[in-house]
Amino acid sequence: MVIGIGVAVTLLVPLVPLFQPYMIQFAMLWVLILMALTWDILGGQMGYNSFGNVIFVGVGMYTTAVVQREMFFGAEYASVAGQSSLSLVDYLTGLGIGMGSGAILSVALAAFLGSGILALRGHYFAICTLGLGVAAGELASGWDYIGAGSGLVTPLPPDGVGESSTFFYYVFFVLVVITFMLLRWLYSCRFGLAINAIRDDEDKAEAMGLHTTRYKVVAWCVAAFFLALTGGAFGNLMVFIDPTETAFAGATFGVWMVLMAVLGGKGRLWGPVIGATVFHVLQETFWTYLFGWQRVALGLLIVAVVVFFPLGIVGWVRERFAHRFGEAVDPAARTEQVTLGDGT
Amino acid sequence: MTVILRVENVRKTFGGVVANNDVSLDVQAGSITGLIGPNGSGKTTLFNSIVGFHPIDGGEIWFGEKKLSHRLTPEIARMGLLRTFQQTRIFGNMNCVRNMQIATPHANDSFRTMFSRFPKAVTEKAEHLLEFVGLYSKRNLLAGDLSFGQQKLLEFAMALMNEPKMLLLDEPTAGINPTLINGLIDRLRRAREEFGITLFVIEHNMRVIMNLAEQIFCLAYGELLAEGPPEQIQNNQRVIDAYLGAG
Repeated sequence: MVIGIGVAVTLLVPLVPLFQPYMIQFAMLWVLILMALTWDILGGQMGYNSFGNVIFVGVGMYTTAVVQREMFFGAEYASVAGQSSLSLVDYLTGLGIGMGSGAILSVALAAFLGSGILALRGHYFAICTLGLGVAAGELASGWDYIGAGSGLVTPLPPDGVGESSTFFYYVFFVLVVITFMLLRWLYSCRFGLAINAIRDDEDKAEAMGLHTTRYKVVAWCVAAFFLALTGGAFGNLMVFIDPTETAFAGATFGVWMVLMAVLGGKGRLWGPVIGATVFHVLQETFWTYLFGWQRVALGLLIVAVVVFFPLGIVGWVRERFAHRFGEAVDPAARTEQVTLGDGT
Repeated sequence: MTVILRVENVRKTFGGVVANNDVSLDVQAGSITGLIGPNGSGKTTLFNSIVGFHPIDGGEIWFGEKKLSHRLTPEIARMGLLRTFQQTRIFGNMNCVRNMQIATPHANDSFRTMFSRFPKAVTEKAEHLLEFVGLYSKRNLLAGDLSFGQQKLLEFAMALMNEPKMLLLDEPTAGINPTLINGLIDRLRRAREEFGITLFVIEHNMRVIMNLAEQIFCLAYGELLAEGPPEQIQNNQRVIDAYLGAG
C-alpha cells in the first residue's frame, strides 16, 4: 500500500509543472541512491570498504558512449553534437546496447580484479581499490580513442524522448526499483547470510568450509553490474564525459557513496536509500545557502554523524524505537538460564 | 579400528620459536581423544596445522586416505574435518538460527544453492540442535549478545550442524558455567554416539578430559611427551613433572 503510493507519486513527479525545472536534481537523486545501494553490498553487508567502485561507473559510462559513437556516428560524431540527428529507435538501440556491453565489461572486470584483490583484508583492500580508482582515471585521461583528457561527448536524445532529464529520471527510477528488489531478494537467501558471515568473522566462515572467495567475487560483480548501467545512463544525462570529474570521480562520487551509506546506516537495505536522500537534500541546501562554505558544512556534518550516530539514521532509529523498527526479541529469552540435562 | 587422522613428524616454527617439533600421533576413527599439555606447549598450533590454518614446516598430515599438508582451511572443512576456536568465534551480528543455517555443510555448494533459500529441513535441524545444546529459547537473540559460555555452546552446535566426520575442539569447557559441565560432557559423548563424530579435544580441566577421553596425548615444549589411556597418563611421572614443574 505505502509502496504503491510511493511509486505512483514518483511516477507523477515529472508531470507537476513546479518540479519540472528540477528534474535533473531528481534524476541525480536516483543516481546517488544507486551508488549508495551498490556500495553497501560490499561495504555494509560484507564488511569490505571499497573506494574504487567508481571504476565501474566509469567503465559503464565510456563503454556506452563509445558503442553509441561507433554504431551511429562514425567520424562526423563531434560535428553534429549540439543537435540530435538520431532517430528515436537508433538512439534507444545505441543506449541499450551500450549500457548492456558496459555492464558485461564491468562484471568481467570485477571478476578479474576481485579474484586478485578480494584476498586482501580490511584496510589493505580499501587502499588497493583507492589506487585502482585513481589509476583508472589517469588511464582514461591518456587514451586518445576515448577522447583522452578532453573528454567525450555523448549523443543528444532526439525529440521523441521529450525532455532528456525527465527521460533519464524514469530510466534511473526503474533501475533503482530493480536494484532494490534484487538486493532485497539476495540478502534474504543464502548469499546474504554468507556475506554477513564474512563481515562478522571471515576466518570462522572459512573454517566452516564456506566458499568465501566465490561469494566475495559475486558480490562485487553484482555491484559492478548495476554501477555500469547507472554510469552508462548518467554519461548520457550529463552529455559530456570528463575522465576524472564525471567518469572516474573518486574525489566526489567515490567518497560520497561511502558517506551516503554510512549516513543512512551501513548493512541495512533502507540505509543507503535514506542516506542518499538526506545527503542530496543537504548538499543542495548547503550549495544554495552556504555557498563558499558548502564543503566545510558537509565536512562538519560527516564528523557529527560519525560521532553521534555511528550506526547511521536507520541504525539509530532501530535502537531508539526498538519496539517498532528493531528485531523483536522476547525479553525473557535474554535472562533465561541455560540448562543442560546431564543425561543420567 | 582404523586411523582417521595421522600426524607424522610435524614441525612448525614461528621465527626462532619451535612450536611443534617432530610430533607424531594417530587418532582412531570413532574415538574421543584428548590433547593436554601446559600453556604454550603447542596444542593450538598443532590444531591450526591440522586444519590448514597455516602451512607446516615439516612432516605430513593425513585425514583418512587424503593428505592434508598443503590444502587450505575451507577445503579441509568441506572434507569433514572441522575445528572450533579457543577464543570462541561466532557471527556476532546475526541471530543464533542464522548462525546455524550458514553452518550447514558446504561440500555440495554450487552457484544454484548460492541464490536459494534454506530449505525448511535445515531450519528445523538448526532449531533441533539449538535445543540439543540448551539454547533454543535464545534462538532469536544476536549471537554477539550471548555470554561467552553460551557462545561456546553455540559454536559447538554450529560444528554439529556442519556434519563433520571429525571435530577438533579447543577447550570446549573453558568459560562454561560449572553447573553445565556435566551436561556438556554428556553432549560431547552423544555427538560421538548419535552423530558418529570422532572427537579430538584440547582440555585443561583434568576432571573433564580424564572422564571423557579414551586415549590422551600430552605435549610439552612442542614435543610429544606421553600417550596412553587416562589412568596411565595420570600416573605418568613425566606428565606430572611437566605440569607441576620437575624438582
